[in-house]
Amino acid sequence: MTTRLNLDPALVREARALAAKAGQPIVAMAKTHTTVSVERAVLRLAGLQGADADGMPWVNRLVDAIRETTGLEYGVALPAWDALLTGGYDSLAALAAAAAHGKVAFRIPAGADAAAARAAASAALATGFARIDANRVQRQRMIEETSQPRMPWIYLIVATGDIYEDIPQAQAAAREGADVIAVIRSTGQSLLDYVPEGATREGFAGTYATQENFRLMRAALDETSRELGRYVRLTNYASGLCMPEIASLAGLERLDMMLNDCMYGIIFRDINPRRTFIDQRFSRQIHARAGIIINTGEDNYLTTADAVDAAHTVVVSQLMNEFFGKEAGLADGQLGLGHAFEISPDVPDSFLLELAHAQLVRELFPDAPLKYMPPTKHMTGNVFAGYLLDAFFNLCGMMTDQSILLIGMMTEGIHTPFLSDRDLALENVRYVRDAAGRLGESFVPAPGGLIEQRAKLVLGESVALLRRISDEGLLTAIADGTFGITKRPADGGRGLEGVISRADGYFNPASEFLEDGERAPAGGLDPRTSPVEAGAAR
Amino acid sequence: MTGNIVRPYGDTTGDGRIQVSFTLPVPFGTPAEKARAEGAAMQLAGKMGLEPAMVVHGKGMGPDYTFFIVYGRVSHLVDLSQVTVTEREFPLLSSAEVNLRIRTGLGRKLVVVGACIGTDAHTVGIDAILNVKGHSGEKGLEYYREIRVVNLGSQVAVPDLVARSAAEGADAVLVSQVVTQRDAHISNAKEMSAAFREADPDSGRQRPLLVVGGPRFDPSIAAELGVDKIFGKGTTPGEVASYLAYALAPDPGGAAAEADQKVGASA
Repeated sequence: MTTRLNLDPALVREARALAAKAGQPIVAMAKTHTTVSVERAVLRLAGLQGADADGMPWVNRLVDAIRETTGLEYGVALPAWDALLTGGYDSLAALAAAAAHGKVAFRIPAGADAAAARAAASAALATGFARIDANRVQRQRMIEETSQPRMPWIYLIVATGDIYEDIPQAQAAAREGADVIAVIRSTGQSLLDYVPEGATREGFAGTYATQENFRLMRAALDETSRELGRYVRLTNYASGLCMPEIASLAGLERLDMMLNDCMYGIIFRDINPRRTFIDQRFSRQIHARAGIIINTGEDNYLTTADAVDAAHTVVVSQLMNEFFGKEAGLADGQLGLGHAFEISPDVPDSFLLELAHAQLVRELFPDAPLKYMPPTKHMTGNVFAGYLLDAFFNLCGMMTDQSILLIGMMTEGIHTPFLSDRDLALENVRYVRDAAGRLGESFVPAPGGLIEQRAKLVLGESVALLRRISDEGLLTAIADGTFGITKRPADGGRGLEGVISRADGYFNPASEFLEDGERAPAGGLDPRTSPVEAGAAR
Repeated sequence: MTGNIVRPYGDTTGDGRIQVSFTLPVPFGTPAEKARAEGAAMQLAGKMGLEPAMVVHGKGMGPDYTFFIVYGRVSHLVDLSQVTVTEREFPLLSSAEVNLRIRTGLGRKLVVVGACIGTDAHTVGIDAILNVKGHSGEKGLEYYREIRVVNLGSQVAVPDLVARSAAEGADAVLVSQVVTQRDAHISNAKEMSAAFREADPDSGRQRPLLVVGGPRFDPSIAAELGVDKIFGKGTTPGEVASYLAYALAPDPGGAAAEADQKVGASA
């Protein structure tokens, strides 16, 4: 795409360099620490499923038992597979059950015992990664067998709390035109330090993310994709205290997109910043391997801060998300960077400002499948005015070539959408797409005009903020309330007790499959190419 | 007719015309199905008191549902003398007036602790009231010089809220509840007020003013929830600040204010 905003390429390069400078210390921290959730993800990738009679997953039981005995400084794998080999347990589940009763004497093995434990752990994880790789191939096959939807993909949410209610709703939404189904999680799951087990029928304002719920919904959408001749993607949330585990389950069950922001949990859920950044790196390595598109959460900043005043914080966060994402192995085509249409309609030229922001993001990230979020803050209860605002959002999305449109509901803020609300919303976006879907090719803002000036101003403010962040450090900037107003100190928030400094002999068998040079999956697909390569898109 | 009796106004006084939209679980495919669906919509409109009614729009949504827009005339009369509203019992003050009243009436900063309790992670409401940014053009409580705000954020456990309120010396506790599935906002508010009633009853310290807010609360059930005040949808920070000043900072100049000082016990 050629630039329509006449952005200064040197300034854009400087912005990326500053983001890298701000992010490097965080990456270094992530590489020298682990978390309880990263270690539990290792066990999940090795196939450990199920829970005890209280519903506490075996992965939690085993990691907790090892933490209390040998500690987790060497990772869970060395003591776990050592005990498995030397203790005569026939499975990880049997080991976990015995460990939960305090019947296992864990140790950090040395010499030949350590080598044997490492080999066994790697073999176990190879099975999990083979499944993730096979899922990636299978997604590609399904797309070839059905078809790749044209962008922008239409993204709809279901959230009943009951997976068996969600399934027919999701299938109906796909038939009505949704290209992406997101199953909203139960409120509060982000602060659970375990992933619930099995199919769930009760949730608050959403449905629990569980491996079985993932499997059920993906199977249902496969059926619907075949029926419609169009691949319908499934989305969930790799966020909160169990981010690495949920990312792993997503890879194992062929989810297609995952909400996965570098700072959202810190700012909006008060999860400890260190915990978040460590968990995030592992999660993104998994997503990279699995061919999953991440969706970042910059739209949220604009729900607490003013969408004009804080526009540059969105760009700064996107650049940070890009840096962390690429460092973890994600390709451009997997970076669903987020932003939103949240400027007050009372602001003069508000639509022009929205166009400027959206086009700026498009030009900064030309190959990213941008996720554009509809108005929520200024949806007042006047559903008629809200419908108009949603149409302008859709139009802005078409004109600036956004990739994934979350469909706005005119009843936003009033109730969970009625069937008719969703139908009207889809009618709205279909009209705009059919009427103006190719307007983007003719949208050239006047040189020196308001849109170009506004975009340049926001880029300039972004670079200024990045300079400050890269000087004082990202953790300090977050503690000072730079993003989304809230102040989050580096040692505050939930989950810090689950962060562990790695010892010299730390061993994580997943790293063999995830770190640089080891990322080429068995299926022969290059993970650095876009996951939307087949017959895409823009 | 007295001025107390009104009807809906379409384009002529007294025409009684209104518009409604709804969905029925009936198919809208074949001509016969369409005729039956529109008849079903007409029947519902009639039972709702629309006579005559006109189905101006019917659209099938999937194989099993139809969306309707209906215009019609209602015969019902509205008797304005029978309308009951919860009158605002406190005056709306500017931020300068709120600061002045706290300074003169309380003689120190007014301490507000805010939180979303239970599993509710939606801080948008509490943030809109507390954050400097505020909403609807009004700055939040953090902006008021004489108010000290402690925003505990989301998913705060009730015992933590009680303990933190005591530690901060809270004059008022603001709790926001957005999630309403299975009436969670009601049960959470009751749990919260009960915890404050039960907390350390012998300390001699008066419990803080308890204020809940959220889009789905009925402002008239404060007593049922055991709280002092409920704010519903559309509440602005200025209204909350005015109420806190009225309830907690006695107006030195007004005798009427005397009765208001014990608002903590009024519910």
